Amino acid sequence: MNAPSSPAEAARLHAEFVKGLWRENPVFVQVLGMCPTLAVTNSAINALAMGAATTAVLACSSLLVSLLGRFIPAQVRISTYVIVIATFVTVVDFVLQAILPDVHKELGAFLALIVVNCLILGRQEAFASKNPPLAAVLDALGMGLGFLFALLCLGATREVLGNGSLFGIDLFGPAFEPWVVMVLPPGGFLMLGLILLLFSWRLQRRAAAAAEEKR
Amino acid sequence: MTGRGHRLDLQAAPFLHTTLSTPRLMVEVILCTLPVLAAATWFFGVVALLVVAAATAGAVFAEWALATRAPRGNTLRDGSGVLTGLLVGLTLPPAIPLWMAALGGFVAIALGKQLFGGLGQNLFNPALVGRAFLQAAFPGALTTWGAPRGFLDVPASTFALPFLHGGLDGMSTATPLALHKFEHTTTGLWALFSGDVAGSLGETSALVLLLVGLWLGLRRAFDWRIPVAILVATALLGGALHLLDPVRNPGPLFLLTSGGLLFGAVFMATDPVSSPTTPRGALAFGAGIGALVVVIRDYGGLPEGVMYAILLMNAATPLLERVSQPRPFGRRRAA
Repeated sequence: MNAPSSPAEAARLHAEFVKGLWRENPVFVQVLGMCPTLAVTNSAINALAMGAATTAVLACSSLLVSLLGRFIPAQVRISTYVIVIATFVTVVDFVLQAILPDVHKELGAFLALIVVNCLILGRQEAFASKNPPLAAVLDALGMGLGFLFALLCLGATREVLGNGSLFGIDLFGPAFEPWVVMVLPPGGFLMLGLILLLFSWRLQRRAAAAAEEKR
Repeated sequence: MTGRGHRLDLQAAPFLHTTLSTPRLMVEVILCTLPVLAAATWFFGVVALLVVAAATAGAVFAEWALATRAPRGNTLRDGSGVLTGLLVGLTLPPAIPLWMAALGGFVAIALGKQLFGGLGQNLFNPALVGRAFLQAAFPGALTTWGAPRGFLDVPASTFALPFLHGGLDGMSTATPLALHKFEHTTTGLWALFSGDVAGSLGETSALVLLLVGLWLGLRRAFDWRIPVAILVATALLGGALHLLDPVRNPGPLFLLTSGGLLFGAVFMATDPVSSPTTPRGALAFGAGIGALVVVIRDYGGLPEGVMYAILLMNAATPLLERVSQPRPFGRRRAA
């Protein structure tokens, strides 16, 4: 991993990093990784842990796949990626169990299911295997942080409405009336739908404004 | 021919037209909710007016704020937003906090109507979408039934601040359906018929709802087949199940007059947007609602199921319309 040699190269790397945060956000724009997005965003802390775990797995896998890219036979590349990803998932699983046992218990099977998160496999196939290590890691970090951001948006709103708290801190006092549906699975769909609605509404408005300008 | 003073006018069909327009229909139905609102005020006191006003305000605000076409507020003129708000309010229990009622009205228009593209585009009855949302979000508040009380006596929970429940009231009771399901006591038919029982604001008085329904049906404000099919299906299936097990399953008259069945049949199922327009489709739609209501009430975990029955049949409406298209005159029956 050498430092970028020219300003143009640096700008390209910057773009690889930034694209996942917003413009190609894995959840809000690509709508990938719906299983953890809907399942573990019932509280902000769960969302944060899942986002961080996914980001770690994604960055490590991308680095390794990018380095090994030339040696992996095309016919078995998907299964190779899955083995690489599963290795890091196991590592993250054990680390989380050691340092945050409560959160580990909350996330349950969904932690192991990071293996099959199509966001991670998608980045390996579409980006890491064809790009140098630095670009691959930056791409993975951008996508991972975008994923984390999306999960946090969902987790925070669902926790505030459904439980009256944020990161476990009580916001409204004992008279709070919880929106029961928000911590249940339908609340996940509802919230995700509303956020996607906001996104597409913004895009539409921007497109309309651009069309207006052209005229 | 022109020389003899005759002119041949050629026009395209249709030749007959009615003066009924959407805003006029809406105003008519809005006027018909007034007797129901009056009955609710009579039985539950001034709090009924407050709840319905809050729900209507929420609906009107959503209609105004989420207008997709300029000028903003134009779509309020057809009256459908006001009607939806009124209907949401009338399906709520009397002791509900006003902020929840307003939220219900807002969700009804925002998620139930505007999201689909406005009036005429929605798949589900907007008022019931709003109520279903409240039921899912606040199951406690939506199933706490204040006992009928003094006219000006407002429950403590009514003026709760947003996000708070404002304290439990203690003066709660059970609806006739819940009493039957969980405590096996049957409410007298006269109380059910007049409306002097616990329940949602607009649903208790069978008498008022029957009169209003009759009036709307005679005025052709809705397709009479839908409510009639609902009532007939409920009575037949409910009666048959009652004969099988008279203790567990209530009789047909109790089924017809209790809960939200009449309110749903008159005001909810007949929504022209979310119900089938074909005659046979309307009959099947109503029969499906009646059957689902009986099944949910007799075998489900909930005491009441009119809302879910109507919403489920709303989902079946496009299919019903497709399979029940009338055969054009002279066309052979499909083999």
